[in-house]
Amino acid sequence: MRFLFKTDYDQDIRLFKHGGQVFWYGLLMALLLTAPFTVGEYVMSQLHFIFIYSIVGLGLMLLVGFTGQISLGHAAFLAVGAYTEALLQAKGVPVFISLPCAALFSAAAGLIVGLPALRLKGIYLAIATLAFNVIVEEVITRWEGLTGGNSGLHVKPVELFGVKLDGDAGFFYLCLGLTVLSILALMNLLRSPTGRAFVAIRDSEISASCMGVNLAKYKTLAFAISAALTGIGGALYAHKVSFISPEQFTLLQSIELITIVILGGVGFLHGAVLGAAFLIVLPQLISLAKDYLPANVGSSGLQAVVFGLVLIGFIIFEPLGLYGRWLKLRTWFELFPFYRKGMFRRQKSYMKSERLR
Amino acid sequence: MSFFRVENLGIHFGGVVAVDDVSFEVKRGEVYTIIGPNGAGKTTIFNLIGLLYPATAGRIFLEDKPLAGSVPHRVAQLGIARTFQNIELFEHATVLQNLLIGRHRHRAASLWQELLFTPAARRAELAAREAVEQVIDFLDLAKYRDSLVAGLPYGVRKVVELGRALATEPRLLLLDEPSSGLNPEETDDMAFWIEDIRRHLAVTVLMVEHDMNLVARVSDRVLALNLGMVIAEGTPAEVQAHPAVIEAYLGKAA
Repeated sequence: MRFLFKTDYDQDIRLFKHGGQVFWYGLLMALLLTAPFTVGEYVMSQLHFIFIYSIVGLGLMLLVGFTGQISLGHAAFLAVGAYTEALLQAKGVPVFISLPCAALFSAAAGLIVGLPALRLKGIYLAIATLAFNVIVEEVITRWEGLTGGNSGLHVKPVELFGVKLDGDAGFFYLCLGLTVLSILALMNLLRSPTGRAFVAIRDSEISASCMGVNLAKYKTLAFAISAALTGIGGALYAHKVSFISPEQFTLLQSIELITIVILGGVGFLHGAVLGAAFLIVLPQLISLAKDYLPANVGSSGLQAVVFGLVLIGFIIFEPLGLYGRWLKLRTWFELFPFYRKGMFRRQKSYMKSERLR
Repeated sequence: MSFFRVENLGIHFGGVVAVDDVSFEVKRGEVYTIIGPNGAGKTTIFNLIGLLYPATAGRIFLEDKPLAGSVPHRVAQLGIARTFQNIELFEHATVLQNLLIGRHRHRAASLWQELLFTPAARRAELAAREAVEQVIDFLDLAKYRDSLVAGLPYGVRKVVELGRALATEPRLLLLDEPSSGLNPEETDDMAFWIEDIRRHLAVTVLMVEHDMNLVARVSDRVLALNLGMVIAEGTPAEVQAHPAVIEAYLGKAA
């Protein structure tokens, strides 16, 4: 077990708390940087998707895991990002302008959705965001002049400063870079007053406002930042799949995105990345398993069933998600043989004061 | 100029008149206590001051400036901090993080500085930490600094909540039943702290409290309420001996 001797407030603020973290994250980074030379085309393609979904997952994690606002409409922000990127790229706008535009447009959409969040909570907010998802999907389908409707849009490969990133490696580094930047930005935010205000809103709106947190401002801000990250993810997604149409941004997509957050572990940035990796790897495992199953079991509905079962299983048996499972495992090893079963159980809270709203 | 003043405050919920025509004034640097039987409207007055309820009548002034028309977070930014009767902490955060949220009104860095964590943002963080450490030192919370609030005993949570309010560096501190749920020893500590807050931090305290020993020990003046109306005001001894107060608590002699 590691004991940290703290002699400086800076030790609680810095991103890497000790040498072990520097080593392991450094190793991970080195492996990822050399990945284009060591892994095949297929794995490379899966890694692209993992990074894209990680960015989206991070955005959603900020909203759901840290601000406590549920959203069942994030596919809409994904769509806004993807279509913005596709249309601007078609006009010949360079990617270092179109990508921020995709983020900006999504953030604007996020602000609009954030407005009902000021009045709605829990399941009602979920329904409002769900409705937003359906509206955006419908608008994209009907606005044929702009979006091509159901016949979709083709998206060119990324071109950065005249260099085409259509090769796997170039696009890989772009996705990796943006994922790392997103993580750093969120970590910075979470160690500053803004991040703490988000967490305060999650845990108790009433006392957050009594501490001077402007609920309206911070809730819409959370929606905007979350949507901006999702928009960036959407733009990368458009480049990756090179063809976008409304049926990629349905409610089912939104549910897959929320699955990332729940499987990964609500309230952990690690959870967003782990959840994204799980979401991408699981279908591959299912299709591998199909070879060993009777022909009629391995039909197309299998994936949805497995996803549903996994989601339910996690909610019942491991509400802290994959990252929570890892924390428990690590603590078990650190404390061996003194680990107790209830160590991570959250204590029932004392009576809340009179509910004012 | 008065420091804090409430004039003809009133609120009714439907036909129930919770607070009716209550006026009082708190002088700078004193401990002013509101007492009264259950349902007298004490906590409601706090919620009216915090603008959590819209008052149906009356006005509230801090340093002669009316609070009306404001929103709850503005009240905090003006320097009025409060604790809750049944504790409203941020459960899934550590004690340190809870206290740091108290520094919210003193934040100095912009959103962009925070996203990039520029040297200015770091300096602001270190300054906030230093201010919070003073509160931790003051309330003797050092050993709980990194514990999650969700796992702490009730008595410690009460102190953490007091600490969070102090971390805002308030001018006026509203304490809603600081001793409820505490054992005699913890109540004693609370009395010490309230005295220290007034003496060393020069914070004015407005308190709702049932424990008459605590009230008599720390308060300069006491206001007694019953059924939303003021029945007595004065020093603790005066109010305790007031016939209307005795009647409100014990009933009329047969």
